[in-house]
Amino acid sequence: MSDVRKLTYGGAFNEAVRQAMEADENIFCAGEDIGAFGGVFGTYLGLQAKFGAHRVVDTPISEQAIVGLGIGAAVTGLRPIVDLMFMDFICVAFDQIVNQAAKLKYMFGGEATMPLTITTGGGAGLSAAAQHSQSLEAILCHIPGLKVVYPSNPYDMKGLMTACIRENNPTIMVKHKRLLGMSAHVPEENYEIPLGKANIMRAGTDVTVIAYGRMANETLVAAEKLAADGIECEVIDPRTLQPLDTDSIVESARKTHKVLVVHEAVKFGGLGAEIASQIHELAFDYLDAPVARIGAPFSPVPFSPALEQHYLPDAASIEAGIRNLVQRS
Amino acid sequence: MDLSPPVQFDLHRRMVRIRVFEEAAGRLAEANKLPGFLHLYVGEEAVAAGVCAALNDDDHITSTHRGHGHLVAKGGDFNRMMAELMGKSTGMCKGKGGSMHISDLSLGMLGANGIVGAGSPIAVGAAFANKYRGRGQVAVAFFGDGATNIGAFHEAANMACALHLPIVFACENNEYGEFTPRSATMAITDIVDRAAGYGMPGVIIDGMDVVAVHEATLEAVARARAGGGPSLIEAKTYRFYNHHGIQNLGLKYRPDDEVARWKERDPIFTFEDRMIENGTMTRDRVDEIWAGLRGEIDVAIKFAEDSPLPTPDQILVDVYTSMTGAAQ
Repeated sequence: MSDVRKLTYGGAFNEAVRQAMEADENIFCAGEDIGAFGGVFGTYLGLQAKFGAHRVVDTPISEQAIVGLGIGAAVTGLRPIVDLMFMDFICVAFDQIVNQAAKLKYMFGGEATMPLTITTGGGAGLSAAAQHSQSLEAILCHIPGLKVVYPSNPYDMKGLMTACIRENNPTIMVKHKRLLGMSAHVPEENYEIPLGKANIMRAGTDVTVIAYGRMANETLVAAEKLAADGIECEVIDPRTLQPLDTDSIVESARKTHKVLVVHEAVKFGGLGAEIASQIHELAFDYLDAPVARIGAPFSPVPFSPALEQHYLPDAASIEAGIRNLVQRS
Repeated sequence: MDLSPPVQFDLHRRMVRIRVFEEAAGRLAEANKLPGFLHLYVGEEAVAAGVCAALNDDDHITSTHRGHGHLVAKGGDFNRMMAELMGKSTGMCKGKGGSMHISDLSLGMLGANGIVGAGSPIAVGAAFANKYRGRGQVAVAFFGDGATNIGAFHEAANMACALHLPIVFACENNEYGEFTPRSATMAITDIVDRAAGYGMPGVIIDGMDVVAVHEATLEAVARARAGGGPSLIEAKTYRFYNHHGIQNLGLKYRPDDEVARWKERDPIFTFEDRMIENGTMTRDRVDEIWAGLRGEIDVAIKFAEDSPLPTPDQILVDVYTSMTGAAQ
């Protein structure tokens, strides 16, 4: 085991950025505290020391201008990576993301290219309360022109971040804050995981569970417990939420006839609603039960650990949800 | 007026190009031949012309909802601009942008913008890229007085100064934010007062005087190219028409005699008088220039009217690109 190189989720992100910057001098990073400090989550650690302050730029606390900086630089030929510390701060920059970055190419009749990567820390579980814990990916997936990527493990992080940087479309890379310390094998050499391709993390025949980000890992834990009782789950991590790999999801639904979607974003209007609709449209006749969903209750993320632990789905609630679904037919 | 005759002719031609384009667009709108909103630049020509004449082709500008003038001044093609206003497939943006998103990246014109103030952060990005590449290019952000009340402008101005970027903030203070006078929306009279708060020099100029605009821009652009950082230029100007559309008199929010006073200071006619007085230009030559450019506009209207509309299969084209990049 000792000869297998391991990296954390955060370290895999850092290595993807470093290797990309070594290969392409048009790549630069900008954001709050990412320079000497290395980012509040340490994901940009050491990059300014290696590449200099002109390529790893500390910015004012100005989310609109940070994204605007990326847009203007991308449309004039650079390949920016800009960081919005917490996913909640996307709201501060929403005009630049939604009305500018996402639409420029289209509004300009295809003339513009927008090789912009926006990185941000999403997800709850750190008692960071309602303005530092949100999962806003469904809102972003609703905007034509954006791509949204949400890795669930270190291997995927490196390959997906590499793909984001090489994209010529504006892409939002969500790093789950609770996964930053997760450690696993990550190859040293550079590699790319194509955007829009789901990962079947675990093959199974009895039920399909679709989960991304930290919930993919919680689902795997639940799946192992269920396997002991003879329930075989197929666990699909979409990896990319926009574009969504509907083909893989629908194929699995037709095979297992039962589907559960899990996310830690609030259930109402979440990505689960879209995935359930697509399955109902494309595989209704194969289903033994309506597509089920697990998500957070319709409230802001609460602060107290006593509340937050009940707010978030976990392996136990996912296991219960799967058992409930499997009993139907 | 120390500017050489060729520079004077260039400034004049840029202004007349804008005027004839906008007057034609107004007539077409009146005849219900243009879909959507129309924000005419008439009255403010000296600003776009004076600024853009100080730029190179590979310098960048960001624009506003009142953006035709900026693109014309940067060298925009009449045919493709008129086709875009009509929503034709031969338009600058293949009929997907229209008046409010008209753009030409090949001229460094990074788009008119339907969101007030949103162009300034993008200009900061272009300026960052220009500094990063070190080829001496500059960026200019055009914006109105109203845009200086929105957060994006403040973030952009501060960041440009903090990062010491080669950028010029060019404010067209036309005294109205849409249908509300500036005096109702800010407690200062001069936008330039804000420049010091970001740590950049600022000047007030007569925005109806193309020479004054041009000379101030030359200085600000030279500072930016030499690594001297951002500047703010406030051009006091006036839009002869309503916020949108083609009405100019009888508006509830501004007095007709105010419009008349500003029109006496028409930036094109006053400049022509000066040039004729100086002997740089003759009245006959002026008339020739107008007639020639009006002829070009007639050709552009014909081109646009004869152009095909985009087909429905184009709706999903150019939402994304399948191309990827980056050296590996």
